[in-house]
Amino acid sequence: MNSHESPAAFLRELRPGDWLTLLAGGLCIILLTNKIWNGGIADTAVIRSSGKIFSSAPLSRDQHIEVPGPLGTSVITIEKGKARISSDPSPRQYCVRQGWLERSGEIAICLPNEVSVELTGGVKRYDSLNY
Amino acid sequence: MTASTTDKLDSGFGIQDSGEQRNSRIQLHTTVEDHHIAKMAAVALGLTVLENAIPSPLPGVKPGLANIITLIVLARFGWRAAAWVSLLRVVAGSLLFGNFLAPGFFLSLSGALCSLAMLALSMHLPQRQFGPVTHSILAAFAHIAGQMVIVYLWLIPHSGIAYLIPFFATAALVFGTVNGLVAARFMDNDDKPVLESQS
Repeated sequence: MNSHESPAAFLRELRPGDWLTLLAGGLCIILLTNKIWNGGIADTAVIRSSGKIFSSAPLSRDQHIEVPGPLGTSVITIEKGKARISSDPSPRQYCVRQGWLERSGEIAICLPNEVSVELTGGVKRYDSLNY
Repeated sequence: MTASTTDKLDSGFGIQDSGEQRNSRIQLHTTVEDHHIAKMAAVALGLTVLENAIPSPLPGVKPGLANIITLIVLARFGWRAAAWVSLLRVVAGSLLFGNFLAPGFFLSLSGALCSLAMLALSMHLPQRQFGPVTHSILAAFAHIAGQMVIVYLWLIPHSGIAYLIPFFATAALVFGTVNGLVAARFMDNDDKPVLESQS
């Protein structure tokens, strides 16, 4: 090997077809990533109270939804295609601290108040309960 | 003594019966090509060991340095020799790391087989336009594809692993390119047959 190797020396090894392969490979990855990672985009928040569907809200419209439960009222916020439980009477606040749900299959559950929000739509890749 | 079969035996061993005397002995017939393959496989094995010392951010993402050797052997001695070196490296490497017949071994094996199949196709591309880098990238993609198939069919039969494909594919593109460049550069710097320069 030469004593000093410049990056240019390596780049000279690329033949025209190699550039083509690189380009095609990069393109494939971009398309693949788009397809795989955006396939899970959700469009609907399914809100359940005591096991029954309370409401199905589209994520396209920003809104606050108040859901009654045995302990009190849980507030679900939908904003910019995401949803979260913004307030809940449960003592440990697990569902509130779970934060924003973005992808299809994600779910936040407030067990004490028996309220849950699940995102659906798109290609459901996995659901966080069974995963 | 002539070998027992007509075509040259590579790494096979023939059992010879010396006439009427039941005095059979086992003799390993090795050709010059066998020695080349063994040396190359040893170098590839060395790179595998080296590579295992490098921490990886994601299990399964490895540079695959040993494939540099496979690429060089492919260019110098053809596909058959490359297949030998690659598979010997997989088997010997698994013995070395103690995961022979364990899941990791089958992942390596399926990756190696898929890359070899891809190389068998890609080596027929026009050589003026497509060099080792192309072979390396295509083989790297075939490698992860082979591994993902094993992972999905056997280890984690869940579509959730699809989520990881972009990581693996990106790693394949990057490391495939780097390995291909290193192989190409090595062969450029070293016009003598690689074996002479190493012995």
